[in-house]
Amino acid sequence: MGTRTSAVAREAVIVGVAEAALVDGMLATPMSPLQVQAKMAHAALKEAGLSLRDVDGLLTAGMWGVPGVGQLPTVTLAEYLNIVPRFIDGTNIGGSAFELHVAHAAMAIERGLCEVALITYGSTQKSERSRTLGGRPATLTMQFETPWGLLTPIGGYAMAAMRHMHEFGTTSEQLAEIAVAARKWAMLNPAATQRDPLQIADVLASPMISDPLHLLDACLVTDGGGALVMTSAEHARTLGVKPVYVRGFGEAATHWTVAAMPDLARLTAAEVSGRNAFAMAGISHDAIDVVEAYDSFTITVLLTLEALGFCQRGEGGQFVSAQRTAPGGAFPMNTNGGGLSYAHPGMYGIFLLIEAVRQLRGEAGARQVIGAETALVHGTGGTLSSGATCILSGR
Amino acid sequence: MYEKPLPVIDPDTAPYWDALRQHRLLLKRCLDCNRFHFYPRALCPHCYSDSLEWAEVSGVGEIYSYTVARRPAGPAFKADTPYIVAVVALDEGPRMMTNIVGTAPANVQIGRRVAVSYDDVTDAVTLPKFKMTDAIMPGK
Repeated sequence: MGTRTSAVAREAVIVGVAEAALVDGMLATPMSPLQVQAKMAHAALKEAGLSLRDVDGLLTAGMWGVPGVGQLPTVTLAEYLNIVPRFIDGTNIGGSAFELHVAHAAMAIERGLCEVALITYGSTQKSERSRTLGGRPATLTMQFETPWGLLTPIGGYAMAAMRHMHEFGTTSEQLAEIAVAARKWAMLNPAATQRDPLQIADVLASPMISDPLHLLDACLVTDGGGALVMTSAEHARTLGVKPVYVRGFGEAATHWTVAAMPDLARLTAAEVSGRNAFAMAGISHDAIDVVEAYDSFTITVLLTLEALGFCQRGEGGQFVSAQRTAPGGAFPMNTNGGGLSYAHPGMYGIFLLIEAVRQLRGEAGARQVIGAETALVHGTGGTLSSGATCILSGR
Repeated sequence: MYEKPLPVIDPDTAPYWDALRQHRLLLKRCLDCNRFHFYPRALCPHCYSDSLEWAEVSGVGEIYSYTVARRPAGPAFKADTPYIVAVVALDEGPRMMTNIVGTAPANVQIGRRVAVSYDDVTDAVTLPKFKMTDAIMPGK
């Protein structure tokens, strides 16, 4: 089959990224969600040699300003930036939305619907103390979930972990391996929020929140802001920047209520999106040098690795053992420290992409994966509800 | 006064909640493929038929998965902590979220048999909770 390089005359590339500096998980400079998105847009565009004047595609998803102007985030952001985008995508499928946005922006650029696409995210959830474990309003499908007092989002992930342990014998120690490996990467990343050494025993000794998941099986709660700029490969050449190519992508969604998940021990959305992304890229798993996989919880990563086919179903626990995903391990993953140790501002997906771009440009400093040419980025949204995969390449 | 979140009942779901008030578990069944589903929908999620009926189910099944909430999902749940939230697979097939009641968290296991236990939390709402019905397994 033909790869995208030969099939697509006008190829979309990523040419700029930016992320907001955090101190103790809060924006280093206090900003509103709109303010931080504008600042990050400015920085990412500047990196690409572009300005807001060039932007004609706008994609965003967020949880800010709801109820209120955040209900129409693309429209509100277009107004705040004072741009008139001719391609707009505000699709929100949870934290994986930004992988979907890269895919949709790529299609729009390739079809000539826009020339420069801007993808943004902003959250001040930690500064505002707006994060809660409480349920969602018990309307429509939530009539059958909210009355039971399930902690959200951890409760659903906990039930998935419990089921995976039951079916495959996965252990808490194996899940903890993922958190420890993420911390080792974070210790190499000056921008990461949690950089103190972490042992498997520390994870197991941290408070149980929702059996079998401990506090340190869960991602951080931080602020965050990020932006990503895409254009055509042709345009990128005139800008003189090193482009990152979008070789393949896929997306899928299966459920929102936990009881409706097709199989609690199996990440169906990632199976679908991953299969499509690999087929489009025309490459095998061996060609992936670095993986950025959404780590809302340790179990998320384990299910993702199985669903994407990096190991067999049920073998995720063994796969991540002996610090395989840590610096120096055979399978470099979540190289900025991930949602577990770098930052997790509610929806984390854009930061997976930013880190992959930095790795593929060779700009990751002490945490650089040597010779990284191809990266797989996978976002998971909701309660294992949605998935979106991007395969990116520096060449 | 009951302070936990209550379902906001709508035309799609009213027959389900009405039946619970009478201590009956009423689910939708497809007249084309004969399969039950939960929660009630306008189209069969298995074969997409719109030919559906309400039918009473046994109210027994097994624990498909569960978790123990060590922190409350809001202040109203605080007094219950730790409490068990589970997904139960009914013998008729559908899975539903619920609370396992009448036992300590340490006794709960995936695969344990359960039966519905109606909790009239308000005059208008009865919640279908579940109790374990089989003997505690050795070593547990």
